[in-house]
Amino acid sequence: MTQLPTETDRKMGLVIDLDTCVGCHACVISCKGWNTENYGAPLSDQSPYGADPSGTFLNRVHSYEVQPEDGLAQLVHFPKSCLHCEDAPCVTVCPTGASYKRVEDGIVLVNESDCIGCGLCAWACPYGARELDAAEGVMKKCTLCVDRIYNNNLPEEDRVPACVRTCPAGARHFGDLGDPDSDVSRLVDARGGFDLMPEQGTKPVNKYLPPRPKDRLEQAGAAPLAPVTEEPGGFLGWLDRALDRLPGGRH
Amino acid sequence: MHPARSVILFTTLSGLGFGLLIWLGFGLPAVTGWVAFVFFVLAYLLAVGGLIASAFHLGHPERGLKAFTQWRTSWLSREGWASVTTLIVMAIYGAGLVFLDSRWSLLGWLGSTLSLGTVLTTSMIYTQLRSVPRWHSRLTPALFLVLSLAGGALLAGQTRWAVPLLIFAGIIQIAHWIRGDAALARSGTTMTSATGLRGGAVRAFEPPHTGPNYLLREMVYVVGRKHAARLRVIALLLMVAVPVICLILPFSHLLAALAVLSHLAGVMVSRWLFFAEAEHVVGLYYGQR
Repeated sequence: MTQLPTETDRKMGLVIDLDTCVGCHACVISCKGWNTENYGAPLSDQSPYGADPSGTFLNRVHSYEVQPEDGLAQLVHFPKSCLHCEDAPCVTVCPTGASYKRVEDGIVLVNESDCIGCGLCAWACPYGARELDAAEGVMKKCTLCVDRIYNNNLPEEDRVPACVRTCPAGARHFGDLGDPDSDVSRLVDARGGFDLMPEQGTKPVNKYLPPRPKDRLEQAGAAPLAPVTEEPGGFLGWLDRALDRLPGGRH
Repeated sequence: MHPARSVILFTTLSGLGFGLLIWLGFGLPAVTGWVAFVFFVLAYLLAVGGLIASAFHLGHPERGLKAFTQWRTSWLSREGWASVTTLIVMAIYGAGLVFLDSRWSLLGWLGSTLSLGTVLTTSMIYTQLRSVPRWHSRLTPALFLVLSLAGGALLAGQTRWAVPLLIFAGIIQIAHWIRGDAALARSGTTMTSATGLRGGAVRAFEPPHTGPNYLLREMVYVVGRKHAARLRVIALLLMVAVPVICLILPFSHLLAALAVLSHLAGVMVSRWLFFAEAEHVVGLYYGQR
């Protein structure tokens, strides 16, 4: 059913810390690894070892350079996957009902056996979170690892999305953003978490934490150490002076 | 956006076919028997041909019937219902004209309204997309509707209507281009809002992968945009100027055929530009548009 629920019981989603992300792409790899062999059709590659490799990914890491008016440029690594929007435009455009938003946890999913591969949902998404798989002809998107987070066959620490579980920097957090007392909600409050493209009116559930201000050279605590001596001393100093006195030396 | 051949053929041919059905439903021209048969076959070939072409871009056309289920929210689903209902109503109306020599005008008017509604639903598929600012405007349905009416009038031989409608279509087309050129800037979506990164100019430093991907191929189509200005002139000449001149000159079947073919080619160029020039905001994540 492509009518969006007016309210979901929980708003499960990710909080991504742009200050902490080191841009290692481990989340990209673990996402592809888990999702190519679990929920739904595999994530195919076209010509992966050829001259023009291409493939389906549910999570991609961009890198941006922020250049302030004065000061040094800053590099920000920027992972992007489905934001599980409250007003998900991808869901309402779907003609078959393959796309839906779950009432119980707010996860946006695709029922692949109903998908006709028209691609309209990918057009409707401003974030580029949906990709039509070239081999299967169905729409693929982040499932928030719906087959991990409720999976009692996995040890408890593994019941989080694969990208969160694998992040070596601790830049990805998973939880209920509808609960103001949850760890992720408090993190968003404390760090000033923000929405991507708020003007598009999608009300994304996933939040991003801004990079913290970086130290600047003029603000560094201690001045550079004063030089102890300008002239070399000791044995090497004597050698330097002695060699200079020989013919052809500096005089 | 990627200008897929199937979608250009679909919107062009179906728009023309349903446009012809609008006029036939109003009894313009008031034809019966064999002449009506020829008119209706032409309209159905265009309308149904376009619909079939649109199925070619689907990943799973065999599941197409499922697209009729979500009419409550989806303009694509509504378009499915509108087109099938129109084709059924107009088939009954056409059968009356062709075989019984009788015109059921109430049914005809219903069919005309439904034909207009079908073109409207097609245009709304694009208009609804906030992610493509160039399309997200009332001018998009206006353009689709007036082109369909003008092309239909041309096919139906309604010269008195066709000339002003063609000129009006040209004006709406120019307005759509002018508004569209500023649409992305006016939408407020920028690299800053896309990334949320404050405190400086944001530049795409590295893309996620060294190669292109589905998003770039589908949403960030830039090939041929450099010819856009010339193609706009060609579109206007073929779509409006040549047909209007042909219609103003003393009537001949050859000129009428030239007018129709020129208009068809012009609308195709215009539709190619409609897609190729449309910038999807996802391009901003790649530092492109």
